[in-house]
Amino acid sequence: MKQLSTKVTSNGHGQDSSYFLGWEEYEKNPYDEIKNPNGMIQMGLAENQLCFDLIESWLAKNPDAASLKRKGQSIFKELALFQDYHGMPEFKKAMAEFMEEIRGNRVTFDPKKIVLAAGSTSANETLMFCLAEPGDAFLLPTPYYPGFDRDLKWRTGAEIVPIHCSSSNGFQITESALQQAYQQAHKLDLKVKGVLVTNPSNPLGTALTRRELNLLVDFITSKNIHLISDEIYSGTMFGFEQFISVMDVLKDKKLENTEVSKRVHVVYSLSKDLGLPGFRVGAIYSNDEMIVSAATKMSSFGLVSSQTQYLLSALLSDKKFTSQYLEENQKRLRSRQKRLVSGLESAGITCLRSNAGLFCWVDMRHLLDTNTFEAELDLWKKIVYNVKLNISPGSSCHCTEPGWFRVCFANMSEGTLDLALKRLKTFVESTDCGRMISRSSHERLKSLRKKTVSNWVFRVSWSDRVPDER
Amino acid sequence: MGILSRKVTCNTHGQDSSYFLGWEEYEKNPYDEVNNPNGIIQMGLAENQLSFDLIESWLAKNQEAANFEREGQSIFRELALFQDYHGLPSFKNAMSGFMSENRGNRVSFDPKKLVLTAGATSANETLMFCLADPGDAFLLPTPYYPGFDRDLKWRTGVEIVPIQCTSANGFRITKSALEEAYKQAQKLNLKVKGVLITNPSNPLGTTITRTELNRVLDFVSRKNIHLVSDEIYSGTVFTSPGFISVMEVLKENKLENTDVSKRVHIVYSLSKDLGLPGFRVGVIYSNDDIVVAAATKMSSFGLISSQTQYLLSALLSDKSFTKNYLKENQTRLKNRHNKLVSGLEASGIDCLKSNAGLFCWVDMRHLLNSNTFEAEIELWKKIVYEVKLNISPGSSCHCNEPGWFRVCFANMSEETLEVALNRLKMFVYGPSSTTRSQSEHQRLKTLRKMKVSNWVFRLSFQDREPEER
Repeated sequence: MKQLSTKVTSNGHGQDSSYFLGWEEYEKNPYDEIKNPNGMIQMGLAENQLCFDLIESWLAKNPDAASLKRKGQSIFKELALFQDYHGMPEFKKAMAEFMEEIRGNRVTFDPKKIVLAAGSTSANETLMFCLAEPGDAFLLPTPYYPGFDRDLKWRTGAEIVPIHCSSSNGFQITESALQQAYQQAHKLDLKVKGVLVTNPSNPLGTALTRRELNLLVDFITSKNIHLISDEIYSGTMFGFEQFISVMDVLKDKKLENTEVSKRVHVVYSLSKDLGLPGFRVGAIYSNDEMIVSAATKMSSFGLVSSQTQYLLSALLSDKKFTSQYLEENQKRLRSRQKRLVSGLESAGITCLRSNAGLFCWVDMRHLLDTNTFEAELDLWKKIVYNVKLNISPGSSCHCTEPGWFRVCFANMSEGTLDLALKRLKTFVESTDCGRMISRSSHERLKSLRKKTVSNWVFRVSWSDRVPDER
Repeated sequence: MGILSRKVTCNTHGQDSSYFLGWEEYEKNPYDEVNNPNGIIQMGLAENQLSFDLIESWLAKNQEAANFEREGQSIFRELALFQDYHGLPSFKNAMSGFMSENRGNRVSFDPKKLVLTAGATSANETLMFCLADPGDAFLLPTPYYPGFDRDLKWRTGVEIVPIQCTSANGFRITKSALEEAYKQAQKLNLKVKGVLITNPSNPLGTTITRTELNRVLDFVSRKNIHLVSDEIYSGTVFTSPGFISVMEVLKENKLENTDVSKRVHIVYSLSKDLGLPGFRVGVIYSNDDIVVAAATKMSSFGLISSQTQYLLSALLSDKSFTKNYLKENQTRLKNRHNKLVSGLEASGIDCLKSNAGLFCWVDMRHLLNSNTFEAEIELWKKIVYEVKLNISPGSSCHCNEPGWFRVCFANMSEETLEVALNRLKMFVYGPSSTTRSQSEHQRLKTLRKMKVSNWVFRLSFQDREPEER
């Protein structure tokens, strides 16, 4: 008799994908400035390591929070016993306000509609359990975070049907792509329960435009389905535009307190904005009381440690800290992204113009031997094993066009980033492709831009570009 | 079209059971010595509040652990980034050592076979996802922890088929009960994937005997199924007979590294022994590499905060702390248990003789109007609303005999326990009782002859007064 469940014996965890394999290669030979200068540089991990000093300095000035004290008195017992799945009230309040602050206080979040979870990994899975039966489908725009294959599908039995986005318009979501995905699900005999978007997008590093958000809200309204907006990167928006949340759009369209608003759910986490993935802090926000109630009970399977809730409620309740943090974080991200982008340009490589996230969506199509995913994987292997950079191939993100790679920029020091760029430049210049090479890199870039970069890229604000690159 | 999943719209979370409803009543009117002396006393929550001072005093002497420091250096950054689902190595080492210590170092645990999860709640659910498909069944001895109905079944689609245990033999697991449960599952067309036991038992407060463990191992061996042993209360064994883990029995039977041993899995947590339910620390221990690998990946859905892993790795690595803690904790539990038992006796109420846990399994069958579950619920309501004690009715634990209640003793101060016992005494000997003419001792002796089984006497009476034998 079959001993273990099909979940165990099948491959639904998706961890044979290259996304995880590159990670494993890195683990075997990790770069260290002193001890292993020829090791692999990790550029496949979307971590935010740029602002720990701000948090550390806050901790030094506010020792009670970590030492389980309130106003000098030990509250250890209280915290040790606190396992209420409704979550710590001060913490939910602080989270709600932090989420509001990130959205310029244009929308409000009711702490009573927040459900805490052990990371957004847990939040997303829990939402699937609440919204879909095994065999139901959610539509996701490609490219998308590889972890979703595990998080949304593995134990829930839900399916993902891709909404194909392409470079021809900067990977924006179009109405026809939505309709096509819906029909495709129908063909596969899958009941579509909703759409899940990541905004700002991973791996694109772009925030959804108002036009796309309106399109999404209209689409789920007409199909009577759900919309999950994973806004885990909302605090990493460094462009000069403001982050537009789906909550903004509901408000602007005067859809608050309507049936539709009950089908819109936001997922958040402190893993990217605050760089605290180890603390396992995620949240579901929903206007549907039944969802809030069910998700709250389900959160029993992944509660946030009370020790951590207490620490972070103190941190996030300090408005002076949060406003300074958000501003400084964005500044540092912007400058780091610029460094990566210009470094890539000097190697003749362009990226999708981005305004958020901890990574760039890099166009290496010109470095492929052929316009195929086999060639993409060949190139990826060269970059991992020869150039010793772990970057994520677009195919692992379900991109429909070969040649795109996600390259992270916020999880290493500036010096390490420079070294990575140097290695890449050396690699490009040494290959056949790099040998279109009699031209200067600027020249080449200009001509590349004419060939490959879409109109959309130019339409977006160029405020931080130097005039002659236009 | 159904907008929400069936998991949301159905009732399988089980939270309409009286177990949770009593909790809600308490929340509306909680006892407070000063502010609300007539409020409901919570005796339905299996928390260990007896030994916090020991941990607090350790924290005061070891501030680094909570302050993200190691040997004077800040490791905040390292912890903030640590999300490896393999867990913090120092923490897994410390947990393995602690689990071993809890078993008198008679067995050892390999940290590589440990999977960390956010509490035993998460551990148990994850094991179900690994061992069973929707529609499969696990056999559980009754009475059992009400939370299992949600933890094992809700999102996994797994079924529970009870192994009926009765007071006739002190609720011990018998071979016939095991076989009957298996047959019952077959009748219901359910594929049995394993047996899940809680050892020491919740709600019984008893350790499972070597005989029972051998019996269960033999059963799972013959049927080629799994055994999950939830040993969450292993550190709360306060008197003899001591705790025997299924791991020890495997060792004694020279079954280590056999196929059977691969089908035995242990669940543990720091919520009861250390009284830290808020920190969400659970583990799965398995000899099956595939289960360890799958459960490790699944733990992504409920990892333990690295902040907490670090704090507790420091605490549990301190062997002088753990040694003293386990001993002192057990002494305090024993005293508290004895207090409850004698207080109940003074009200003419018996308990199942127990040697572990944070509660007693109390026999109130003689207080029922009729030998029915309706009468049990009536009695329960009286106790909650009139006596103002929140205790857990046996029916919520799937007990098949009416009249048993789980009463917790480690989640309040000694004074509060006294108040509770006095209230109960007044209730029993108050105007509505018919036994007030008998002396307490007399009544108890009569009761014992009528209701208490031989088994109860067979167990050691070392902590009973001579004349009560």
